[in-house]
Amino acid sequence: MPRHKTDLPDPLLLAAAGAGIAVLATGAALWQRRASRGRREEDEVIATDAPHWTLGKASPRALFGKSVLINRPRADLYAAWTPERFPEFMENVVSVDDLGDDVSQWTIKAPAGREVTLVNRITERIEDESIYWQSTPASDIANSGEVRFTDAPAGRGTYVSLILAYDPPAGKVGRIAAKLFPREPEVQARRDLHRFKQLMETGEVTSNASPSARSSESPAKPHI
Amino acid sequence: MRAVTWQGRHKISVETVPDPEIVNPRDAIIRVTSTAICGSDLHLYDGYIPGMRAGDIVGHEFMGEVVETGASSTLKRGQRVVIPFTISCGQCFFCEKQQFSACDNSNPSETRNASELMMGHAMGGAFGYAHLTGGYAGGQAEYVRIPYSDVGPVIIPDDLADDDVLFLSDILPTGWQAAVNADIEPGDTVAVWGCGPVGLFAIQSALLLGAGRVIAIDHFPTRLALARKHGAEILDYTQVDIREALAEMTGGIGPDACIDCVGMESHGFTADNILDQVKVKMLSSTERIHALRQAILACRKGGRLSIPGVYGGFADKFPLGQLMEKGLTVKSGQTHVQRYAGELLDMIREGKFDTVSLISHHAPLEDAADMYRHWHDEQNLYTKIVLKPGLEKGAVSARQELQHA
Repeated sequence: MPRHKTDLPDPLLLAAAGAGIAVLATGAALWQRRASRGRREEDEVIATDAPHWTLGKASPRALFGKSVLINRPRADLYAAWTPERFPEFMENVVSVDDLGDDVSQWTIKAPAGREVTLVNRITERIEDESIYWQSTPASDIANSGEVRFTDAPAGRGTYVSLILAYDPPAGKVGRIAAKLFPREPEVQARRDLHRFKQLMETGEVTSNASPSARSSESPAKPHI
Repeated sequence: MRAVTWQGRHKISVETVPDPEIVNPRDAIIRVTSTAICGSDLHLYDGYIPGMRAGDIVGHEFMGEVVETGASSTLKRGQRVVIPFTISCGQCFFCEKQQFSACDNSNPSETRNASELMMGHAMGGAFGYAHLTGGYAGGQAEYVRIPYSDVGPVIIPDDLADDDVLFLSDILPTGWQAAVNADIEPGDTVAVWGCGPVGLFAIQSALLLGAGRVIAIDHFPTRLALARKHGAEILDYTQVDIREALAEMTGGIGPDACIDCVGMESHGFTADNILDQVKVKMLSSTERIHALRQAILACRKGGRLSIPGVYGGFADKFPLGQLMEKGLTVKSGQTHVQRYAGELLDMIREGKFDTVSLISHHAPLEDAADMYRHWHDEQNLYTKIVLKPGLEKGAVSARQELQHA
């Protein structure tokens, strides 16, 4: 029996079909957007369990947060989150000076050997649960933040969440701040939180310091 | 010190570099006495692994003598230790679950972003294997800094020679975990793709774990002869259609478990592999997965697939429908060396493993560049190379030609 040759679809037909799908998809997306815009007050969207800082970020104030699982009891972590220990795990923090009355002055490394000063007041403490702070007018950068400690399930330790907000300032300080929080502010928070985790779980901040054949690197300093 | 460095694709050189230093309390420094070249070093050599930088010190299978300890290291100077290639803190959620290669602390904050982006989560740290795994200097060197030295290193009694225990660093536990992951039931038929060092240890492990028979697949006669020596039945894929042979050897149902000890650089001249080669060359695919495809199609329905072979990213033409419709169970991952090293050391002492037959060459560290070339180009003759720091350049010794069984 002779084998039937199956005709391949005409390339033009295929292209037309592809274009049709694209038009349909775009139309559907537009319709969906209009539908959501036209939603009435009583059709309020359901409040979900997403952490609030992950929801729509339309505010001009930069808000970001990061959570990390740390295999230690909540009380230990709360106790370790003290300004004296910040320079151990916060990459850009040079020093934190206690000015009394829950106000502290932070000296932070900035590019070209410069430094930025933050003056923050702790506004609320809930034992073993959370710490809130807010900058004072003396601060170079207006900022506020919160660190939360919640029990992780099944004895896994603690979820530590760091939530920060700051007003990107204008002028010279603004330029420094922009470089201080390069592109994505979350990067710094994530790195610092991971260093805190390393310190609390292993007793040291992990380092890949080791030799290479690159003369620019020291065997005693971490590298990228 | 002298160290083997990666300088680019197919460029390996031995350079003089600074000595490592103790930087953290749990660190130790060892003087390397033996260090092997791994099959996965070939993926670096061939430029398949992203995140390598010119000047990186390579090598992740090594052992030596403790010469310096940090304040909270539990090691003592003079102790002989084998170093697991995975760097693990021992205290995070993953280490406590014995999933040491998933350690959440060993990849430092400076390097974790890249693999978080690529893999969804930061990978655990490893020695001498690119900046995705932490950017740690490797063990093909005279000295190495060992982080978390109170958790990883396996202390070796003096009556065991380097060659007996060196492979506890990677390929023995990797072959063992591959067989453990195959969930072998007594009497099972297990097929093993690739008779390189990991495949040879997977064969031995599968038999120790109760497999009735192991069928090994390769095309290098020396490697197939080693597989037979370790108790496997052997198939040369240049002589037969592997799927047909496996089906005919199992009454048509296929092997109960399939172990892919090949990874991302499959050999062979089947149509799919030639297309993979072209796509990889044109940077439109990251791997050649011919062996894995074949394993999925060959495996019996409801069977198990264990993947110790290394893959780096997105595979092309992955037979997902076949995997699902046949109901295969897949287990994979980098090796949790610290989980298995203790019991495997005991098994070596009891003579349960042949850890030396696969070594084809001992060579000076200084000859590393030549050895990488041989390892890459002459896989029949070179079945495992052990480098020795301190040997005079050129002092290479090869084992007796293996009798083809």
